[in-house]
Amino acid sequence: MSTTPVSSAPVKSNSIGLEILDYRGSKSTLCAGCGHNVVAERILEAYYEMGIQPEKVMKISGIGCSSKSLAYFMSRSFSFNSVHGRMPSVATGATLANKTMRTIGISGDGDTASIGIGQFVHLLRRNLPIIYIIEDNGVYGLTKGQFSATADIGSKLKTGVINDLPPIDVCALAIQMGATFVGRSFSGDKKQLSTMLKAAIAHKGTVLLDIISPCVTFNDHEGSTKSYKYMKEHDEAVNETGFITHFEEISVEYDHDTTVDVQMHDGSHLRLRKLHEDYTPTDKAGAVNLLMETHEKGEVLTGIFYVDTHELDFASRLNMVEEPLATLPEERVRPSREVFAELMQAHG
Amino acid sequence: MAISNLEVQSLPIADSPVHSKKVVNDFSIQIATVNGSGSQSANNILLRSIFNMGIPVSGKNLFPSNIAGLPTWFVIRVSREGWVARKNDIDLLIAMNHETFHEDVRSLPTGGSVIFDETFNLTDRRSDLIYYPVPFDRLAAATGAEMKVRKLIKNMVYVGVAAQLLSIDIKGLESIVRKQFGKKAAVADVNWKAVQLGFDYAASTLTKQDTLVVEPMTATHGKIIIDGNSASAMGAMFAGVTVVGWYPITPSTSIVEDLIKYMKQYRVEKDGKASFAIVQAEDELAAIGMVLGAGWAGARAMTATSGPGISLMAEFAGLGYFAEIPGVIFDVQRTGPSTGLPTRTAQGDIQCLAGLSHGDTKHVLLIPGSVKECFEMGVQAFDLAEYLQTPVFVLSDTDLGMNNWMSEPFEYPEKPINRGKVLNVKQLDELGGFSRYKDVDGDGITYRTLPGTDHPAAAYFTRGTGKNDKALYSERPEDYQRNMERLVRKFETARTLVPKPIIDGTGKQKVGIIAYGTSDCAVLESRVQLECELKLATDYLRVRAYPFTQQVDEFIAQHETVYVVEQNRDGQLMNLLKTDLDPTQVTKLHSITHYNGLPIDARSVTQAIASHEGANK
Repeated sequence: MSTTPVSSAPVKSNSIGLEILDYRGSKSTLCAGCGHNVVAERILEAYYEMGIQPEKVMKISGIGCSSKSLAYFMSRSFSFNSVHGRMPSVATGATLANKTMRTIGISGDGDTASIGIGQFVHLLRRNLPIIYIIEDNGVYGLTKGQFSATADIGSKLKTGVINDLPPIDVCALAIQMGATFVGRSFSGDKKQLSTMLKAAIAHKGTVLLDIISPCVTFNDHEGSTKSYKYMKEHDEAVNETGFITHFEEISVEYDHDTTVDVQMHDGSHLRLRKLHEDYTPTDKAGAVNLLMETHEKGEVLTGIFYVDTHELDFASRLNMVEEPLATLPEERVRPSREVFAELMQAHG
Repeated sequence: MAISNLEVQSLPIADSPVHSKKVVNDFSIQIATVNGSGSQSANNILLRSIFNMGIPVSGKNLFPSNIAGLPTWFVIRVSREGWVARKNDIDLLIAMNHETFHEDVRSLPTGGSVIFDETFNLTDRRSDLIYYPVPFDRLAAATGAEMKVRKLIKNMVYVGVAAQLLSIDIKGLESIVRKQFGKKAAVADVNWKAVQLGFDYAASTLTKQDTLVVEPMTATHGKIIIDGNSASAMGAMFAGVTVVGWYPITPSTSIVEDLIKYMKQYRVEKDGKASFAIVQAEDELAAIGMVLGAGWAGARAMTATSGPGISLMAEFAGLGYFAEIPGVIFDVQRTGPSTGLPTRTAQGDIQCLAGLSHGDTKHVLLIPGSVKECFEMGVQAFDLAEYLQTPVFVLSDTDLGMNNWMSEPFEYPEKPINRGKVLNVKQLDELGGFSRYKDVDGDGITYRTLPGTDHPAAAYFTRGTGKNDKALYSERPEDYQRNMERLVRKFETARTLVPKPIIDGTGKQKVGIIAYGTSDCAVLESRVQLECELKLATDYLRVRAYPFTQQVDEFIAQHETVYVVEQNRDGQLMNLLKTDLDPTQVTKLHSITHYNGLPIDARSVTQAIASHEGANK
């Protein structure tokens, strides 16, 4: 915080008149330099820039360093730090109770790919409207540095232990299981991450973002494949992402040969400039292939791998009334005396 | 109910199995079939036909965990006194399963009778029984039904035979058969023809030698027949449930399946939109997670499960308690884990549920003892869960949940829905904010807001432990302890809100009996047996909720000996009572347990109490 006297410079605000301060959270208690702090910052900026009212957001997490970071952004949003690996079910219940809210789930690689893998894949199958963030560092931080299921073969712990089991590629899994917006980014890539988060907010359906977010305490050393250094050397972007919100004027033309324009549910536009010639963001099998090939080369593919704006999200599929179920008045949830009499008659 | 059926039971057995005296409206029929042979509708038609004659009747399906092929039994008890507990002695056996035929026949008491397939080879014929051989295959074939449906039609033949032998109203029977098969007239015709062929065969060929008959009464007029799971589902719908997360598990599955049926019919609005969301979850962990997520966001949310599901829900149950989130969990109890007896009944979850999860949890349990209470507590559970902001469990069992019971019609819930202490925008404006966990009213129940409440001070952070009154992160010892003490205050408030026990008797007897749930019907009958046979008058208290209310303590204090009757091995309710009671009262309690997978019967209770009383003298 600055101690300089307040100047007369106008305070910046977003499209709904809120300031960035309205999106702040509590002070982080994570390690200095933790990737998760940066991710929290990018998330709150994205909601600010998209002009989303914080009271319309539900933040839900499981357990772990990543899940703790729920407290470090958007205190004016409704937050639920639940139990280990179970964020998906809690988020499902909350979203169905009030489909007019926007749900963001924060999880980690342990919380998702180990203890939570069951709920994770079923959330994906349902295409629940949610932004599902995995803050992925390949280790358990709160229990001091055990491998998680996203750690690469050959990656080395500080203690010298080498991982010899294959990693679960959460993005490939998400594409296969039915998520409709899948991407990977790096906490150190501000531009890419910010753009992806804004596009995620514009999407209606399951957004799975796997964000490599290095653990400075337990997994940032030589030999780790989830360190800042490794990411800087091996990050290979599949596309360059651009995003134009629905309230901005589209002024930039784009090259149709190299760039794919995706119109999002809220009318905004996602522009993906191809950096890989084989890449089409609507081709599931192609995306999975590309992920596997890049991984075999020892590179970490980032960018938006797959987008489908047509598939019905779970809340829509259930054909619920427009208003939140949570606050329907008694006369709409308790059937009449006539119905009751009819039921009694049927059993008489 | 003043007198029992003992008069009939103690009739002297004549040398000849042929009794001269009629036994009217007081006997048990056991139908032994093969699972998957389609006997369920035939059995229910037989049950209905007796019910519709105004005679109290109950039916219990004693079935294996199997889709087809294993033996299954359906027991119909006809009782002019209105007793509905399972009775051990069978008076009439309808033997349709060759595999169990000899064992079924062996288990009959002297004087019993057997309707059986004449092709069954009866090797050691007991001379003290009455036999009615019936050519089921020939009669089924005579209906002209196709080969593949004859197996099913055979069941309707025994309905006809039994109807003739027992003097069941044949006109009434026809209307039940026609109602059962609804609009499918051809199906109804062939089924009715099978009943008639059985009836005619019995009339023309069999000579009535037994004494069992039904005679019309008016005792069931105005009553309904329903199973506990349907009643619970109905309760949930009228409670205004909006979100359901569930995972199929016997014997609870039909709660949600019936609920889906009801909701599709009565909770879809004119524009075709549903005022509910029902999700079949990937497991019980997810089912309860959805319930808590929805409850947190303000929905009336529920799940239904049984013991194994309860075990999986343990962690979330604790989170619900500590994070103070409403939700309703119907637990239809069955016997222990894994495969084995998943379709058999027990009351084995109560102790586990009372403290389900880790780290000082206490849960509110509602315990229906009848289908009517399944409905009423199904409604009440949602009000309590939201008012107390905690998970509320409703405990029934296989017997109550899956069997058909007579009941007075239910009553429409008159009390408006109570959504508990929820602050809206206007209240937040007036208060200038709120502290989520501050005990403003002194009852341990704090105020909450729902996600989406459009006020900058509306949001709060939900977590398990580690918070202060303002819902901010805190590991300060005094914050943790203060919160834990408030949760105790809240539980004390719950004690004043849960259903009070039902007490019967003068209150002046030396001996008291405590029971709960489906043990009720056996205890009611046993008390009459004790009074008639042993001149032992008793008082009776039926527990309907945990935490126990003041009346339970008082009842125990008033009696010298208190028998606690329940359907588990370890005396779980008694253990909970012991924990709560003044230590000087504990020695008064004596456990009577029944745990063989079958519903408890009155005779077992009577014998256990008689034996203990005898030892006491």
